[in-house]
Amino acid sequence: MKSLGIVNAQRAIFDTPLKFLSGAELPRYELVYETYGTLNADKSNAILVCHALSGNHHVAGHYADSPKNLGWWDNMVGPGKPIDTERFFVIGLNNLGGCHGSTGPSSINPETGKPYGASFPVVTVEDWVESQARLADQLGIKQFAAVLGGSLGGMQAMQWSLSFPERVRHVLVIAAAPHLTAENIAFNDVARNAILTDPDFHGGDFYQHNVVPKRGLRLARMLGHITYLSDDAMADKFGRSLRAGKLGFTYDIEFEIESYLRYQGDKFAAHFDANTYLLMTKALDYFDPARNFDGNLDKAFAVARANFLVMSFTTDWRFSPERSRAIVQALLHNRLNVSYAEISSTHGHDSFLMQDKHYHEVMRAYLNRIAIEVSA
Amino acid sequence: MSAHDPVELAAARPDFAAIAAWIPKGASVLDLGCGDGSLLRFLRDTREVRGYGVEISDANIVTCIKNGVNVIQDDLDTGLSGFETLSFDYVILSQTLQAIRHTEALVQEILRVGRAGIVSFPNFGYWQNRLRILQGKMPVSSELPYQWYDTPNVHLCTLNDFEDFCGKQKIQILDRRVMKGETEVKVLPNLLGSSAVYRFQRSS
Repeated sequence: MKSLGIVNAQRAIFDTPLKFLSGAELPRYELVYETYGTLNADKSNAILVCHALSGNHHVAGHYADSPKNLGWWDNMVGPGKPIDTERFFVIGLNNLGGCHGSTGPSSINPETGKPYGASFPVVTVEDWVESQARLADQLGIKQFAAVLGGSLGGMQAMQWSLSFPERVRHVLVIAAAPHLTAENIAFNDVARNAILTDPDFHGGDFYQHNVVPKRGLRLARMLGHITYLSDDAMADKFGRSLRAGKLGFTYDIEFEIESYLRYQGDKFAAHFDANTYLLMTKALDYFDPARNFDGNLDKAFAVARANFLVMSFTTDWRFSPERSRAIVQALLHNRLNVSYAEISSTHGHDSFLMQDKHYHEVMRAYLNRIAIEVSA
Repeated sequence: MSAHDPVELAAARPDFAAIAAWIPKGASVLDLGCGDGSLLRFLRDTREVRGYGVEISDANIVTCIKNGVNVIQDDLDTGLSGFETLSFDYVILSQTLQAIRHTEALVQEILRVGRAGIVSFPNFGYWQNRLRILQGKMPVSSELPYQWYDTPNVHLCTLNDFEDFCGKQKIQILDRRVMKGETEVKVLPNLLGSSAVYRFQRSS
């Protein structure tokens, strides 16, 4: 299927201070974003794609100068694809605190002339949604046809229905959870500790030392990556294969899975910002809409007005189907329109990024309904 | 006429019209084993119901979404624990009862979640089915379209069986409509009816 072709990133500048949930304030910030397709006359066909932990604004297509760098959801977003850019105006942005162009810990703080580093506020999903709404304001979008995302992106989509119930018609929550479990927070904490204890971290201000806490970031990613795959998928792909074909009686890379993980870790550590990683995992840990309602998710969703599609994947143990069903129950209890699909997939949490016939059919069917509704 | 024209649907599925006749406008409905969502769509278009379907098959989930009805993918044999007590006016089990493993548990769940229940099922006591058995063969018909080796049906029953069952489960039958194809059957229903729809509630 054809891709979008060449796309360009854009930059939005915000001079109105943003107050964070933590109480911190950012007087000025920038968000980079990409758009695909055409906003219709009544601006009713806009879809916001929220990214997960390591994602960014480059959702689909490629840049003129790097044809191989396809967007992270190019199999889902494009002309004739489930999120059809011939019908919808699709927006992808890099979240505040990111490291792909939006204001984040590695950006220069105009007040000091140095990177924000450790002084960058801890960002929550609520803060992101607030900043995304301001981007929507700039683009003249009063109401999104849909806000959607997988994993941490699904949490943002959910938060949209709570922060701005009237500004979103449909919310698609994919491979997400109403909050992280203790086990999930534990994984994040180990990942954070890998970074925080790296001698090159320098309390978050490593930029001035011209070093990068690569070892920590690499370990964090290796750990994370294990939890995004399934036992079956790893067994299928790597099994117990040895690179040398025999035991080496050393601590070097021997098993194929070790080689793969280290490669993934190195690749990630080479381009991702350690402070952004910390901040993203914290946003995940903090997300819990039921927190202000004595843990009652039903009450948390009482303000929601959107129609929902919730999806989970059978082998996803990081954000298991059970977690998605908890979201569905809260929506049912609030008598909101909701459909739920549990997709059989072998790819674990990463399934939401994969090309899967049934998964894409469900997405296509639902988005087609939205397109008809907003006459896109 | 479109494939989803209410008139056409009612003709193709005579139990739909019977069910719709019992459901007041604007009622809330849970359709268990909702298939492709046709009944829910029919009830939405004719009775303006607020409804959800529960369905296990991947293909049917996609069709339900295409039909614009709410559908929750789940296995009815694991219960209805996700649904609150008395959260629906009607819980419907249309042509699904015979394929349920834990029949007693599910019927009790129907009356926990719904104020009333509606079930439709093929009548195993229909004379043509009896004749097939007398001929030494398992019945195969439009209502029972499967061979013995590939059928999802594990709990087939006759009208008399179902009514005995309701008595034992302390279930009060409110209405019954027995049909042979599109025609209502009034005489010797357990012999001459090929399918039936019941409306019931918990005995007070």
